[in-house]
Amino acid sequence: MPSWAPLNAEQLAEQRRGLSKEQLEDRRIVGVNAETVTDVSATDIPGHWGLGQDDSWDLEKFRQGLKIEFQQNKPYDAAFSLIGVDASIANAYRRILMAEIPTLAIEDIFVFDNTSIIQDEVLAHRLGLIPLTGGKKGLDRLSWFKKPPPKDDYAAQALYDQDDLAPSASAPNDHNTVVMTLQTECRWATQREDGRDGKALAAEGETDPAVKYVNSNVYAHQLVFEPQGDQANWFEGDDAIKAMNPDILIAKLRPGQRIDLRCHCIKGIGRDHAKFSPVATASYRLLPHINIISPILGNEAKKFQRCFPRGVIDLVPDDEGSGENKAVVADPMKDTVSRECLRHEEFKGKVKLGRVRDHFIWGVESTGQFESDELFLDSVRLLKAKAEKFKRHLGELEEGR
Amino acid sequence: MATDGDHEMADATAGAEANGTSGDFVKEKQRLRLLPGSSDTQASFAFEKEDHTLGNALRYMIMKNPDVEFCGYSIPHPSETVMNLRIQTWDNVSVMDVLKRGLSDLADLCDVVEDKFTAARDDFNDSHPDRVATK
Repeated sequence: MPSWAPLNAEQLAEQRRGLSKEQLEDRRIVGVNAETVTDVSATDIPGHWGLGQDDSWDLEKFRQGLKIEFQQNKPYDAAFSLIGVDASIANAYRRILMAEIPTLAIEDIFVFDNTSIIQDEVLAHRLGLIPLTGGKKGLDRLSWFKKPPPKDDYAAQALYDQDDLAPSASAPNDHNTVVMTLQTECRWATQREDGRDGKALAAEGETDPAVKYVNSNVYAHQLVFEPQGDQANWFEGDDAIKAMNPDILIAKLRPGQRIDLRCHCIKGIGRDHAKFSPVATASYRLLPHINIISPILGNEAKKFQRCFPRGVIDLVPDDEGSGENKAVVADPMKDTVSRECLRHEEFKGKVKLGRVRDHFIWGVESTGQFESDELFLDSVRLLKAKAEKFKRHLGELEEGR
Repeated sequence: MATDGDHEMADATAGAEANGTSGDFVKEKQRLRLLPGSSDTQASFAFEKEDHTLGNALRYMIMKNPDVEFCGYSIPHPSETVMNLRIQTWDNVSVMDVLKRGLSDLADLCDVVEDKFTAARDDFNDSHPDRVATK
């Protein structure tokens, strides 16, 4: 019977009695069957379960029910469980983490000399994707920069005027732009300067470019931060803007080729371009739920254990006197929900698979500009800021009527 | 064109604050519109520059209000960043109040999550110097 069908007298009486803990737990499970998924939507909406249950929003009830458990909090890689929120809220945090947290990245490149085989635009694209890192206090103080479109492009100009940006946002200055330069030149290795004669070695048959030439590989650590104006104070010493991974290979050169360019880095959001996303990825999965309905014993239990990843199912001595081992669920978090056990005849009707609808196991991998736990907190604060912003707009809308 | 933007970078205007809220305060553009055909107990709103991120979360918070008969959101076209939200209420409850309450509840929820997360994170950092939970 669907939950919205009218209740008969027996069910009404049961409803008035209140729910057992098991029944309440049951409502939290999304059913995972061999080829279908059932009970996907949340049912904690007021009125869904009739008059016996009050599901309206209660901040205190939410606060009691919310749990956060960390599995790992390394600086750029956090794994934690968020229990008690709805999927729409968890998804909002995930979307904000990936697309709406401002990050610094290389945007405009001014090329003075590029005689390498990598085209200007390809080089610019690669440089933009390099994740940068720097001191948090400096990064927080950067303001926005948005390059105004050419005056004759009326459509873009109209769109540009719609953004509510400060007038100072249309010109690069030391408050909204960070400058980095890249200057390298590749040459043959010489006896005098490098202790080996590259040309002679090449004539003998040497093929390794690291031996024959000097500076033939251009790496990310060769990007030099040039503090402008006030920036020397905010980004000093360890806090200087630099590439997070110094060993990223940008380009390869041969003798006589030079790269001489200046990069302007600005703040942007992931929705504009993926290079501005502060996370390598932020994702969550729901906690798997394995419900063993009737006991699985002996050899069947061994086979059942092999249907799941190691550590999910434990074999314990059966306390009901059969003398064999019984399968019990040890750690559902290790399960990958491959539904292997549903493929075998002997387990039909003995096990029900599912996922817990409001238990989100998060993995936040930062690219290195900010720390993972701070990123999650920023995403929570950003959702709150959005709500507050629209409260203000609603106030203005009401005033205007 | 390449050298167009790269003049000597001017320092920010004197007295401008660092985080962009310079002396000349920028008025936020109104991003919330009421669609035609709305009345006091049923209305459709258009949120500009918003998508499923706010839409689904707000829809959930408003549905948690027992005075709401109907609440749904849609994105009319993926090429335009507009999100429409429709609210219909029982009895004589004002739609504006419901929306305001939904937004407040969402802000409160974020506050609770932020507090609990910070507490859990600090607890974990203190009790696990190598930052990994041992099972």
